[in-house]
Amino acid sequence: MEIPKSFLGYKRENGRAGTRNHVIILPVDDISNACAEAVANNIKGTIALPHSYGRLQFGADLDLHFRTMIGTGKNPNVAAVIVIGIEPKWTKRIVDAIATTGKPVEGFHIERTGDIGTIMKASKKAQEFSQWASEKQREECPMSDLWISVKCGESDTTSGLASNPTVGNLMEKLEPLGVHLCFGETSELTGAEAVCASRGATPEAKEKFMKTWNGYNDFILKEATDDLSESQPTAGNIAGGLTTIEEKAFGNFQKIGNLKFIDVLEPAEEPRKGKGLYFMDTSSAAAECITLQAAGGFNIHLFPTGQGNIVGNPIEPVIKLTANPLTAKSMSEHIDCDVSKILSRQMNLNQAGDELIKSTIRTANGRLTCAESLGHKEFVMTKLYRSA
Amino acid sequence: MSQPDLIIHDEKDNVAVVVIETTKKAQDCNAWIMENDKTVKISSIAEIPLGHKIALTDLKEGDTIIKYGHDIGKVVKSIKKGAHVHVHNVKTKKW
Repeated sequence: MEIPKSFLGYKRENGRAGTRNHVIILPVDDISNACAEAVANNIKGTIALPHSYGRLQFGADLDLHFRTMIGTGKNPNVAAVIVIGIEPKWTKRIVDAIATTGKPVEGFHIERTGDIGTIMKASKKAQEFSQWASEKQREECPMSDLWISVKCGESDTTSGLASNPTVGNLMEKLEPLGVHLCFGETSELTGAEAVCASRGATPEAKEKFMKTWNGYNDFILKEATDDLSESQPTAGNIAGGLTTIEEKAFGNFQKIGNLKFIDVLEPAEEPRKGKGLYFMDTSSAAAECITLQAAGGFNIHLFPTGQGNIVGNPIEPVIKLTANPLTAKSMSEHIDCDVSKILSRQMNLNQAGDELIKSTIRTANGRLTCAESLGHKEFVMTKLYRSA
Repeated sequence: MSQPDLIIHDEKDNVAVVVIETTKKAQDCNAWIMENDKTVKISSIAEIPLGHKIALTDLKEGDTIIKYGHDIGKVVKSIKKGAHVHVHNVKTKKW
C-alpha cells in the first residue's frame, strides 16, 4: 500500500495541527469542577474536563499538575480554552502558559464572585469561543503533523503476538515521514528493561531510560507489601493467558517495532528534539497514561487491547485494535481495527499495519472513534505523592 | 498456509501460544514458528484455551521459561510436554 502523505486537520496559530477542534473548560482544581461542568452544560460545543486534584500539592507533584493542565490546553486538538480555578494566581499561571500558543484562552477565578457569577461570566466567553471555533475548517496537513502516542491495555498473549506488532509495523512505516511517536508504561517494561534500554538511540537516552526505570523499581520495592501478583499482571491479563510481568513486558515492547527512541520525557513533558520516537515516563494505567501523552502534545492515540480495554480521552482520539477474535466479536462496538485474522494467518503483519494506517488517517480526518462515539472521555491526572 | 493451532514467537522458545478456541486432550497441534516460518507438531495433553501457553518440552522446577527468545519467569512446579503453562506452575523472577 502507498502510504498517504497528508490528512485533513485543523491548523493552529503555533504551526501545529489538530485532529479535533475542541473548546475545553478546564478546572484548575477539584472544587472548580462544578462550575466548569455548569459552563459546559450551558454552552454547546464545549467540554468540561473535571478531575480530582489541584489543591495543596507541592514540589514535583505540583509541577506535574501544572504541566498536565497547561499541556492539555496547549494540545493542538484544542481550539480554545476557558480556565476556571478557585484562586486567581494558579488560574493565571495556566492561562498565561496556554496563551503562548496564540490560541484564545481566558481564565476565571471563583473567590469573591461565587459559582453563579463565575458561571455567567465564563459562559459568555465560552459561547464566543465555541462559535469562533465552529467556523474553523479542516485543511490538508502533512503526515508529519501527526503526533502519535501508543499504550496497550487489558493485554493478553494476542497483544504480544499480533496487535502490538501491528502498531510496531505502523511505526516503522510512518517514522520516515517525520511523525512524532511516543510510548510509555514504565512499570510494564519490567523484565524487558535491559532490552528496552538497548533501543536508546544515544548513550544519553539509554542512561536516562535506566535511571527512570530504576527510580520506578526502587519505589515498588519500598512500597510493595506483596509481589504485585494481583496487579501485575492483572486478573484480566491472567485470564487472557499472560503469566508474568516479564511476559507482559516483552509483549508490550513489540509496539515500537524496530525503532530506537531519541529521548526520555518526564510525565506530560512536550518533546523538544524533533521528529521520531520518544519514551515518556508514565503510569501503565490506561487513562492516566493517555492523559499524560495528550498533555505532551500528542494528537492521535493507538491502543491495542487483548481482553478489551474500553478507555477514551476527551481531547485525543483513541483508536482501538485487537487481535483477539473473541474480543473482536463480543465487544465489537469498542474495536476500530480488527486484526484477529493474523492469528489464523489469513492476514500478515504488513497487511495489518496498512489497515491500522487507514484507520489512523480516517480518524485524523474526523471519523469518530468507537470510544468517542460511546462517550468515553477519561481525564485522569497522575498524582506522585500525598499533598501538604 | 494453513491455519495454525499454536504460534511460537522464536525458535529458542520452550512455550507456544494457543490461537484456536481451545486445544483438546491428545490433539496433534500444528505450531507455526513466526521467526523462521517453520511448522512443528506438538501433542496437547490438556484442554488449553485461546491465548494460553503450552509446554514444548518437559520442564522441571527451577527451569526458565523462554518466550520471545527471552526469560519470562521460572518454573515452580514441574511441567510435562504438551501441558498448560500458567500461574499455577510459573512465577516471575522479579519482585
